Amino acid sequence: MPTVSMTVNGKKVSGEVEGRTLLVQFLRENLHLTGTHVGCDTSQCGACVVHVNGDSMKSCTLLAVQAEGAEVTTIEGLADGDTLHPMQEAFRDNHGLQCGFCTPGMVMSAVDLVKKNPKASEHEIREWLEGNICRCTGYHNIVKSIQQAQQTM
Amino acid sequence: MPEGGTGIGAAVKRVEDKRFLTGRGNYTDDINRPNQTYAYILRSPHAHASINGVDTAAATAAPGVLAVFTGADMETGGLPCGWQVHSKDGSPMHEPVHPPLAKGKVRHVGDPVAVVIAETYAQAKDAAERIVVDYATLPAVVGMNDALSGTTLVHDEIGTNLCYDWEIGDEAQIDEAFAKAHHVTEIDIVNNRLIPNAMEPRAAVGEYDRATDEYTLFTTSQNPHVIRLLMGAFVLSIPEHKLRVVAPDVGGGFGSKIYHYAEEAIVTWAAPRVGRPIKWTAERSESFISDAHGRDHISKAKMAMDSEGKFLALKVETKANMGAYLSTFAPCVPTYLYATLLAGVYSTPLIYCNVKAVFTNTVPVDAYRGAGRPEATYLLERLVAKCAREMGMSQTDIRRANFIPSDAFPYQTPVALQYDSGNYTATLDKAEAAHDVAGFAARKAESEAKGMRRGIGYSTYLEACGIAPSAVVGSLGARAGLYESAEVRVHPTGSVTIFTGSHSHGQGHETTFAQLVSERLGLPMDNIEISHGDTNKVQFGMGTYGSRSLAVGGEAIMKAMDKVVNKAKKIAAHIMEASESDIEFKDGTFTVAGTDRSMAFGEVALAAYVPHNFPHDELEPGLDEKAFYDPLNFTFPGGCHICEVEVDPDTGKVRIDRMTAVDDVGRVINPMIVEGQIHGGLAQGIGQALQEGCVYDEDGQLVTGSYMDYSMPRAEDLPSFSAGTEITLCAHNSLGVKGCGEVGAIGSPPAVINAVVDALWDLGVRDMPMPATSQTVWRAIRAAAPAAAAE
Repeated sequence: MPTVSMTVNGKKVSGEVEGRTLLVQFLRENLHLTGTHVGCDTSQCGACVVHVNGDSMKSCTLLAVQAEGAEVTTIEGLADGDTLHPMQEAFRDNHGLQCGFCTPGMVMSAVDLVKKNPKASEHEIREWLEGNICRCTGYHNIVKSIQQAQQTM
Repeated sequence: MPEGGTGIGAAVKRVEDKRFLTGRGNYTDDINRPNQTYAYILRSPHAHASINGVDTAAATAAPGVLAVFTGADMETGGLPCGWQVHSKDGSPMHEPVHPPLAKGKVRHVGDPVAVVIAETYAQAKDAAERIVVDYATLPAVVGMNDALSGTTLVHDEIGTNLCYDWEIGDEAQIDEAFAKAHHVTEIDIVNNRLIPNAMEPRAAVGEYDRATDEYTLFTTSQNPHVIRLLMGAFVLSIPEHKLRVVAPDVGGGFGSKIYHYAEEAIVTWAAPRVGRPIKWTAERSESFISDAHGRDHISKAKMAMDSEGKFLALKVETKANMGAYLSTFAPCVPTYLYATLLAGVYSTPLIYCNVKAVFTNTVPVDAYRGAGRPEATYLLERLVAKCAREMGMSQTDIRRANFIPSDAFPYQTPVALQYDSGNYTATLDKAEAAHDVAGFAARKAESEAKGMRRGIGYSTYLEACGIAPSAVVGSLGARAGLYESAEVRVHPTGSVTIFTGSHSHGQGHETTFAQLVSERLGLPMDNIEISHGDTNKVQFGMGTYGSRSLAVGGEAIMKAMDKVVNKAKKIAAHIMEASESDIEFKDGTFTVAGTDRSMAFGEVALAAYVPHNFPHDELEPGLDEKAFYDPLNFTFPGGCHICEVEVDPDTGKVRIDRMTAVDDVGRVINPMIVEGQIHGGLAQGIGQALQEGCVYDEDGQLVTGSYMDYSMPRAEDLPSFSAGTEITLCAHNSLGVKGCGEVGAIGSPPAVINAVVDALWDLGVRDMPMPATSQTVWRAIRAAAPAAAAE
């Protein structure tokens, strides 16, 4: 089995994987970083979004071996110790989550949006979230959360 | 109330959020047991087939495989149904056996046929491809009308596809009322089949401890105690003291995780047979063909009116799809959760409803957010909108003319329920103001100026929740009472753990319930822990569904806290050498009335556990109380939803311009959480109205079997919402709470469709099915054009 090495949340990691192992499986099963979730099998739901070399990506769309040498940040690596990232804080302030299952992917996606388009309009925020499905909130409070983070990030 | 405001009515930020936001939630698939193995379930690719044989030899020999089991190996009970409905002739419903692994026949695409258990999931899945199932395919019966008229039987042994033929009301009396009516409005209604799609796919981990003979099941459940009861007692014959069921963090349910599913029984049964823990996690494609679906009614309804538009009588005939087997709650959904709601908010004196429940070769259908009540609301509010058109009345005038007046409570409906409180005129007034209905005409003119069509739609609805008074539901066929239990365990240093049978999977119980404790016992939130979801910790529980957690589970907590306060008063009286009747408890302090002698809650708690001089015959040590609360009645949230849409007549695209909901959910404990629940319900209701529809082809293949095919609302599909409340208190529980989990999904679909019909009325469109996708709307406009031109 091939060995893959990368940096995850600032730590160098490596592990043996099958060629078909997805990045999300490597994160969840090899590294036990279970904050990244799997909600579908067609790369539609976005529960598995992480940052790869600074860009948000669905970790179910990459093979683990494709992330060789990459810098990966997962939801576990977003906060600064006990201090939540401003996006995490914004989701809490605005009740931007309910069951919490889509939340890690939603937050990681939202962080990338605000970095790339800090002044995104409500319409642009909703369009950006096209690849992240939430079944609980109706998105209203997710949009509000991201609008707050636009001010605090 | 403690400093900062954490009691009833405060928008306290959620306790559970930090773990979810930092990736430290603990969902079932996150659980890994030592030496764990993995299960893959081989499912039927056919909607209907006999199984002549299953050859598992090659799979058993495949790399990493520990065991392969089929229905022939699994000699267990069938998955039980929790509710028995009787037909109008008095006979009990047909209740076919539902084996966890198919025996002899498969009855829907996705029916489990075999399980492969291997060292890795990939090995199990690879090996399953080596299983050879000798199927003899049979004709599939997919539509309900075909099921009732054809010769193909889903279950040969019962000789019919009719599960039951149930009625409520006096048909002869109703027909007499229709004969005398000034006008009768009729409507045909289809309530589209939905797939719940909680974002967390179902999962189960089964484990067996040979030393203690104990089984443990971790599962994605809304009600672990009910799973323990159903699986232990009816399927696997494991006594409760040897079976622990844990539902850890659960990523949404919406009803679909109430039921006892085959996979839970399979991994628990197989665990001792392979001698290792077994994990199964659904792939989303499996969820589509194995999670219980929702809705799926076909109805005919008619309303008799007098010359003033007063409703005289309502007659409804409904066919309800049960799918291939009876899921846990299925029979009660189109009967006791549907027909009993057909009075809605109106004083219609006579109501008759006949329901035929039908077996088909499709996935079992059961409760999905609202369960029966959305179907009743959709039928009634579409019908009322049509009544207004035909009577030449406005949408609000006809409603106001028929509302149950606010001074008429308690109000006995003709369909079994007795409403305790409500003010339907007030919710309508408030919704109209919040929506700016007065500005609609100007907005419509603006839309028309750019070639668009604009419409407005109303839904004034009511639901029964706080499920349920045990005596009532027992008389209606429930095989269990639907009370809730709580334990309030005060620890020696004054912190408190609440054990509740109400599971939380997004509703925020860990916050809302803690607010009840903070208010009643005067404690800071940090001193309160809410424990749920583990049958080894929580005494018992009926679980979370039917917007029951606060109205039933919360009341149980209140009742147990009353017992704690009473016991603590005894202790405080003993220590302060006062009469118990002189002890007052307020803001966390016990005071001897009229003196400056007092003890803090924590001091009393410590005294309870270090009882140096308690009189043994009068006062037990400890401070730990339990309560079971059985509600006196259902609760009856209601409200008014107003939807305004803009429709592009060239493309059929519907855009919701504004969506206003004013709901009466009773007393609000946490307004932030309540608003969030309403938003989520609205999203699912709008999803049903405009996007979601489960489609089977004529062979029983699920066409909408992935997120590429089943259209779920995404952020850009929905507007921001205007959600408000207009409160009347529940008259029969101490908190005055009614429930908020389902209102959004119940009230909104008819508001949306009524708005679409209104927008297209001038083009000749008179009806609109759900989901009103662009294509459906475009076709309706094209079909109406010739008729409109002829007028």
